[in-house]
Amino acid sequence: MSASALTISGVDKFYGPIDRGVHAVQNLTMEIGKGEIVALLGSSGCGKTSTLRMIAGFEEVSRGTISVAGRQVHRLAPVKRNVAMAFEGYSLYPPLTVRENMAFALKAARLPKSEVDSKVASIAKLLEIEDILERYPSSISGGQQQRASLGRALIREADLHLLDEPMGQLEPQLRAVLRGRIKHFIKERGLTAILVTHDQTEANALADRIAVMEGGVLQQFDTPDRIKQRPANLFTGTFVGEPPMNVFEAYVGMNAGKINLRLPDGLSLDYDKDAFSAPVRDELLNRERVVIGVRPYAVRRSKDGVPATVSANQWLGDQTHIAADFAGGSLVLVEHDRTRLELGAPINISIDPKNLHVFDQASGNAISHGMELA
Amino acid sequence: MEHTSLLERILRGVALTLVVIFFMFPIVWIFMMSFQTNETILRIPPQLVFEPTLANYTALITGKLTTMSGTLDIAFMRNLWNSVFLSTTSVAVALLLGVPAAYAFARHKFRGSEDIAFTLLSFRFAPALLVLLPLTLYFQKLGLANTYIGLIWVYQLICLPLILWIVRGYFEDIPADIEYAYRIAGHSWFATFRKIALPLAGPGIAAAGLLAFIFAWNNFVFALVLASADKQPVTVGALAFITSSGIQYGQISAAIVLSITPTLALALYAQRYLVEGLSLGAVKG
Repeated sequence: MSASALTISGVDKFYGPIDRGVHAVQNLTMEIGKGEIVALLGSSGCGKTSTLRMIAGFEEVSRGTISVAGRQVHRLAPVKRNVAMAFEGYSLYPPLTVRENMAFALKAARLPKSEVDSKVASIAKLLEIEDILERYPSSISGGQQQRASLGRALIREADLHLLDEPMGQLEPQLRAVLRGRIKHFIKERGLTAILVTHDQTEANALADRIAVMEGGVLQQFDTPDRIKQRPANLFTGTFVGEPPMNVFEAYVGMNAGKINLRLPDGLSLDYDKDAFSAPVRDELLNRERVVIGVRPYAVRRSKDGVPATVSANQWLGDQTHIAADFAGGSLVLVEHDRTRLELGAPINISIDPKNLHVFDQASGNAISHGMELA
Repeated sequence: MEHTSLLERILRGVALTLVVIFFMFPIVWIFMMSFQTNETILRIPPQLVFEPTLANYTALITGKLTTMSGTLDIAFMRNLWNSVFLSTTSVAVALLLGVPAAYAFARHKFRGSEDIAFTLLSFRFAPALLVLLPLTLYFQKLGLANTYIGLIWVYQLICLPLILWIVRGYFEDIPADIEYAYRIAGHSWFATFRKIALPLAGPGIAAAGLLAFIFAWNNFVFALVLASADKQPVTVGALAFITSSGIQYGQISAAIVLSITPTLALALYAQRYLVEGLSLGAVKG
C-alpha cells in the first residue's frame, strides 16, 4: 500500500442538470492505495455503481476529480484510463466464444498467442470454467457467464480492476471457494480492485477496506473489523452486521449514583456510574436523548435483566435467533446453543456497557463504542 | 404432442385452405391474367382454361403496345429500372443517414433529442399531397423537379423516419454494457459502433431497410407529381396502360407481375435471413 492507485476528490454526480438534478453521489472523497481491495457496500440506489461507472468513464463526473495511478482521468475516454471492469450484466460479446471473450482485450493489446493461451487457461482454471471455453455466451448459464465476465476483467493488466457485483449469480458454495481464490489471485499479482456489492459477507471476505454508502454519501470507509466494532453512525451500525444491530431511543438520566438509560414502556437500563469510562460518562450525561445500539451477539439473558417477551425463536442449525418484544420495539439476540423458548415466554435481558454503542439522537453520528469515545 | 380428432383436423384443413384461397386469389388471378389477351380476360363468364400467350410480356419488354387503334410506345422497362434505382438509392441514403442517427438517439440523450426524433417521425403524419404542393414550387425554383436527386431526397420522407425509429429500438435493446466492455478493453467509440453495435443490430437494420424499400417501391404520388415520364417508377408508369381504346388488363397484369417480383424476391430472401439473424442474435442479459 504505497502509491495511490485511485484518488477521488470532491466528486459529485448529478443525473440531470448540475445542482438541480438527482444528486446520486455527494462530495465523495476517498483514496485507495496500490494493491488494496476495496468494497463499495450499500443498498440499491446508494450511489455505489454510479461511483464505479464514473471511475470507468461511463458516467460523466459532474464535479470534482478522479485520478488513477497519479493521472487525472475523469475527462478521458474509458479506453485511455487503463482500467478493467467486470459488469453486473456480464456483457459478454454474443458472437464470440467464452475463450475469445476472455482473450479479447489481450489480443487487442497484441500479446503473443502462446501467452494469451496460457493466461486464459490459468484464469479458466481459477474460475472453474475450463469446460465451457469453446461455448457461446447464449448457451451457458448465468453463473457461468458471470465467471466468464469476471475472467475477462481479471485477465487484463490494468491499473485498476472494477468488479460490479462480481459473484451475485453464483451458488453459495462456489462463491465461497471463488472468493478465496480471487482474493489470492489479486493479492499475488498486486492488483488493485474495487468491487461493488450489496452483500456484506462478500465485502467482509474480500475487501481490505469497505466504503459504506447510503443516499449518495460515503458513510464510513474503514477496515471490516473497525466498521463492525466502531460504526461511524447509526446507518453503518444497522446496515453492517447480520442480524442487524438492535437500536433503541433512550433518555439519559442519573439517579442514586446510577446512570439510567430510560427506554419506552417504562423500562430502564441502569449502570453503575463507574461502569463507563470517564469521557464516555461525561459525554452521555451531557445529553438528554441518545440512541443506543447493541449487536445481537452481545445481548445476554440474565435473571436480573430487563423484561422482554419472546416473539420468535429460530434454530438455524448452528445458532439460535431469538426475537423478543422489548421496549416498544423488537430486539434480536443470538445464542450459540439450541434454546427451548416458547412464544410469549418472558425473558430478562442485560447488556454489558462494554458492548453498548451510543449515537447522537439528532445526527445519528456515533458518540461512543463501549468504553471509548467515537 | 397434442392429440387431435379427425374431425378437428379436417375442419382445420378446410379453414386453412379458405384463408389461403382468400389471400392468394388476387395474386393468382393477376398472374393468370398476365398470360391472356384482353378478349379472354373480359369474357363472361370468366374461364379458368385459356390459351396462354406471352404477348403481354413481349409488349412490355419491347416497349410497343399494340391496341385496336394503333401502336403505342410505353416505357415500362425504363419505369422498372427507375423503380429499382430510386428505391435502392433512397434506402441506401436513408441507411447511411438513419443508422448513425438512430444510434445517437438510442445512446446519447441530449437536450431536445426526443423532440428531434419526434419531428422526424412527424414527417409521416402529414398527408403527402399537403407536402407536395409547396415542395413542387420549391423544386421548380431549385431545379430539382424531375431529377433523380430531387426524387431521392423526397423519398427520404418515407425511408428515413422508418429506418430511424425501427433501428433505434434495436440499438436500445442492446445492453449498453456490452459496448462499455468493448470500449474499456481498449477501443474507440467509433470502433465500438462498427464492431459491436452494428452487427448486433444487423437483423433490425435489415428489417428496416426491407420495409423502407417496399414503401419506397410502392410510392405513387411523389413521383407522379415531381417527375416526368423518363424518371417515373412503375407505379406511375402503369397509368400508361389506360389508353384511348380501353384499359389493357393483360399488360397491366404482366406489369404487376414484373414489378412485384423484385420486392417479393427480396422479401423471401430477407425473411430467411431475418429469422436466422434473430435466432442467432443472442443478446442475452
